[in-house]
Amino acid sequence: MMKGLKKWRLFSLLAVMTVFLSACGEEYITTLKPTGAVGKEQFNLLLFSIAIMALVTIVVSVLYLYAFMKARRSKLGEDYMPKQVEGSHTLEVIWTVIPIILLLILAVPTLISTYKFADVKAMDKVDEEGNKTALTVNVTAKLYWWEFEYPEQGIVTAQELVVPTDEKVYFNLKAADVKHSFWIPAVGGKMDTNVENVNKFYLEFGEESADLKDGVFYGKCAELCGPSHALMDFKVKAVDRNEFNDWVAAMQATEGATASAESTDLGEQTFANSCLMCHAVSGVGASGAMGPNLTTFGDRNRVAGVLEHSKESLEEWVKDPEAIKPGNLMTGKYGELSDEEISAVADYIMGLSIEE
Amino acid sequence: MSSAAVTNKKGFGATLWDYLTTVDHKKLGVMYLFAGTLFFAIAGFEALLMRLQLMIPNNDFVSAGTFNELLTMHGTTMLFLAATPLLFGFMNAIVPLQIGARDVAFPFLNSLGFWLFFLGALFLHLSFFLGGAPDAGWTNYASLALYSPGHGIDFYVLGLQISGAGTLISGINFIVTIITMRAPGMTFMRMPLFTWTSLISSALILFAFPPLTVGLFLMLVDRMFEANFFDHTMGGNTIIWEHLFWIFGHPEVYILVLPAFGLFSEIIPVFARKRLFGYSSMVFATILIGFLGFMVWAHHMFTTGLGATANAIFAVATMAIAVPTGMKVFNWIMTIWGGSVKVTVPMLYALGFIPSFVAGGVTGVMQAAAPLDYQLHDSYFIVAHFHYVIVGGIVTAIFGSMHFYWPIMFNRALSEKLGVWTFWIFFIGFHCTFFIQHFLGLMGMPRRVFTFQADQGWDLFNFISSIGAILMAIGVILLVINIIITAKSKPLNCRDYWGDGRSLEWAIKTPVPFYNFKQTPLVRGYDPYWLEKHEGNKEGMIYAEPLGDIHMPNNSILPLVMSIGTFVAAFGALYHPDGKAWAIPVLILGLAITVGAMIVRSVKDDLGFHVHVEEVIATEEHLYGKGGNK
Amino acid sequence: MEETKFTPQTWPDKPEQATMEGKNKFVGIWIFICSDITLFASVFATYLSLKDKGPAGMEFSAASLFELPLAFVMTMLLLTSSLTSVYAMYHLKNHNFKGVQIWMSITVLLGLGFLALEIYEFYHYVHLGFGYTQSAFSSAFFTLVGTHGLHVVIGLVWIVCLIVRNARRGLSLYNAPKYYAASIFWHFIDVIWVFIFTVVYLMGVLG
Repeated sequence: MMKGLKKWRLFSLLAVMTVFLSACGEEYITTLKPTGAVGKEQFNLLLFSIAIMALVTIVVSVLYLYAFMKARRSKLGEDYMPKQVEGSHTLEVIWTVIPIILLLILAVPTLISTYKFADVKAMDKVDEEGNKTALTVNVTAKLYWWEFEYPEQGIVTAQELVVPTDEKVYFNLKAADVKHSFWIPAVGGKMDTNVENVNKFYLEFGEESADLKDGVFYGKCAELCGPSHALMDFKVKAVDRNEFNDWVAAMQATEGATASAESTDLGEQTFANSCLMCHAVSGVGASGAMGPNLTTFGDRNRVAGVLEHSKESLEEWVKDPEAIKPGNLMTGKYGELSDEEISAVADYIMGLSIEE
Repeated sequence: MSSAAVTNKKGFGATLWDYLTTVDHKKLGVMYLFAGTLFFAIAGFEALLMRLQLMIPNNDFVSAGTFNELLTMHGTTMLFLAATPLLFGFMNAIVPLQIGARDVAFPFLNSLGFWLFFLGALFLHLSFFLGGAPDAGWTNYASLALYSPGHGIDFYVLGLQISGAGTLISGINFIVTIITMRAPGMTFMRMPLFTWTSLISSALILFAFPPLTVGLFLMLVDRMFEANFFDHTMGGNTIIWEHLFWIFGHPEVYILVLPAFGLFSEIIPVFARKRLFGYSSMVFATILIGFLGFMVWAHHMFTTGLGATANAIFAVATMAIAVPTGMKVFNWIMTIWGGSVKVTVPMLYALGFIPSFVAGGVTGVMQAAAPLDYQLHDSYFIVAHFHYVIVGGIVTAIFGSMHFYWPIMFNRALSEKLGVWTFWIFFIGFHCTFFIQHFLGLMGMPRRVFTFQADQGWDLFNFISSIGAILMAIGVILLVINIIITAKSKPLNCRDYWGDGRSLEWAIKTPVPFYNFKQTPLVRGYDPYWLEKHEGNKEGMIYAEPLGDIHMPNNSILPLVMSIGTFVAAFGALYHPDGKAWAIPVLILGLAITVGAMIVRSVKDDLGFHVHVEEVIATEEHLYGKGGNK
Repeated sequence: MEETKFTPQTWPDKPEQATMEGKNKFVGIWIFICSDITLFASVFATYLSLKDKGPAGMEFSAASLFELPLAFVMTMLLLTSSLTSVYAMYHLKNHNFKGVQIWMSITVLLGLGFLALEIYEFYHYVHLGFGYTQSAFSSAFFTLVGTHGLHVVIGLVWIVCLIVRNARRGLSLYNAPKYYAASIFWHFIDVIWVFIFTVVYLMGVLG
């Protein structure tokens, strides 16, 4: 009997532990295994506040359970008449002052971090030659995709943000249509992209993303923005500075690249006729495109932010975008394409790559 | 009219007419309660559909567009059309009894408030049948709301405008009632805590609803009459909506939770058989929460980009609210401390409320830390937090008080046995649904997503959460069954059903006659009924006046007519942007009905009527048998 | 109670609060005004944040649009009407029903004058091309001043109803609180206008 009980206890303990461990989530999206200074600082604040709050909860629970256990009428008898107490000034003072002290303790790191995270002065710093010293990315959130412009480098990409590790990366955030919110949970907190003003903040990417499951961090839209809000994902590739510079150079080298309607390749031809008015295939440029820049499409991780990166998914997407992302702005923008054309254009798009 | 109380059975038509025209606070309380329960069930069903959709990854149980409509209507309905009227139901039914009044200060306005609320709610729900419900979230952020096609948002704006007007009117009514209509001896510091919290909550309505009215109006003219408040290409600014909405929206939470606090402050002393600990500090804490509630709205906008200083100020102000709330929790615990606790169903809810609400409160403080909130904001952590506060605080209060006050409101008692089952199933389901969602949020799951991909580590917890939602639904169904069974049970015809009643509402016999106390009671201290009981007063109370004629207000159909006018006008406004020729005439017709009814109301004398002494005695005999006050 | 005939001697000092209903109305109108203040505060805040905001290259601005003389005349009309309603309340307390009716009527006339000027002003702006839908600024301006205008209309209808319905009934404790509440509302409208004059016109013209 006792043994059975013990076993049961062990089992339930294990079950609780499993749930608890899995409660940390996947490395590439959870806030509980953060990378980089911003995410880590926010995580520390989380632990610190949980500690204080756990203390409060435990004290309250103990008092509450003790009070209740001692005061049950089933124990005291039906006729027991408690003393009618009005209150106690001493107690009132105690439970006013102690919470105030606890909150003050929590307020200090809160205020420090609030000002620290809002400090984007370094964005405008320039070296002797007048070049900006920090990397800035202009993020434009659109229904339901993300555009990333690197103004100093003169390049633009979409859906997959590429950033160097171990340095502050500054972001200018704006929405083109409705309000969205830019969030990379594993790297740090979010900031809204408003329609009428540019929000600025910074993040730090502490480790390269190559070792992660998909080789990327997951990014999310965190503000309800329409039917496909849930599907407005982006990915973040964090690489070391040298690799980043190479990537920038490769992007800059695509200057002038375009698709030709005269091409003998059916895919390129179709692309030029049906896609090119919205989708650029050159990484050089600025934000403001109708559709995501596809220069690096072949190097990406997902089709349309959520589908598996394969030709089949791409064909599926081109055939009927509405079925995958309801409310998207691509549906109906290009004429009917035959299966042959779709297959060819998918091949063409999958072949767009700047990586060797 | 005055003889209506004495007549026995009335036909269905007469009963219906009676309810359509009534200005009696008790009947309106019942109407609020049932309307609230109806909308609670609808919104709960919407929640269940959402949880079923999110039970497994990549589910296609409901479509993306439908899901957004469900989440919008769930939030909007629960806050405006379920929690508010349910609490108003208790406020209407109980507050006048608690202060020993015959009725509220403006019985006519009380009825108008109800009908505006009800027709506004009805209008909003018609959207499901007329081209789609609103889909921009209950917060209805301006850029998305302006972008949203169809009439969904228009239904939201107009429906809430109408029902909001009703809420505001009721709020004013309660403030005036509590200020002017207290029985002799009922000083402010002798008022029961539910009356206090109703007063403060009404004051919050007074200051919180006008910004919403303005916000809704701006949205209305932007969408229907081509104004440019939120169109940034024309110089507009969508952040104005966020501010106006949250200046309303944050106090709204306190508008709901304060009466819930009040209800628990009534329940706990009765079942602990002990005076509420620290009454004056409870009153002080209530006022302080109400006051601070207006200083913290921007904590909903930490990620909007208001700047470090604004975030810092609002972070600290938000943390400060934890202090008076903590005071309340400790006072409840100390009320239990050294008492004699009888675990009835209302007390079960109160006992379940304390830890649940503390859990919801501490996560609230965590979000007050702005930099941490950058991670938590708009994630499932928030969803978990506010459900802990709203379900753990407000819904438990409503369910508990249903059991607690059913004897006074309906002269029948809800089944305790079924109640215990309801409580446990609902309570376990609630924690199962929402506790796990804290972790989902921390694991990176944004809120308001209609589906999620399988590879993100969220599958198990979403599944558990959905199971919890099913349990909660079963709990609510049991409660409804309980209500139906109870309707057929024997009337109680008693006084002080729970045996340890303390405040005035327990001094009155059930069924409560339409004029409440036949003589206005004299209040000699805090917990007046307890005081009289323990001084051996068999009469129940000492009375401040001799038995005499009672002056009562007339019933009126005009509140319903006025509300129908706004309802009609709303259709005109709604279809105006479609270029329908009849839209503007309908709008004018509707407003004409409302204004016409108002003019009729103000031109006609309405002096009420007198119930003569003989009639009072006859009524008492009819209700309680010969011997009257036995 | 309602049949009692009063003389100036038996008429209570505070006729507006002599009955329970009167007291409720008295408290109620004040509470309502508290709420209306928040309403105006929200509209003012909206106006201030959208002042001079419009599509790129908008030609209208507060400084170029508003003219003080007209606004000044409107202010004077409304301030005077507030004063005349005070006279009416003075006569109310002295049980002089004729005085009440006359001074309330003058209040209405002054209010109508104000309203006529406001309509003229709006017409003038629309004529200039500064219509409701022209810009965020125009929407905010018309909403703020229009909300006040709507309050004036409501106040006028209310007072006219009182004057007409009580013309034969005479003064009683039943309608005294009604007059009193209407006059408090009228003062409130006046106070709001002073803020509009300051914030919209004075601050607008001064830049």
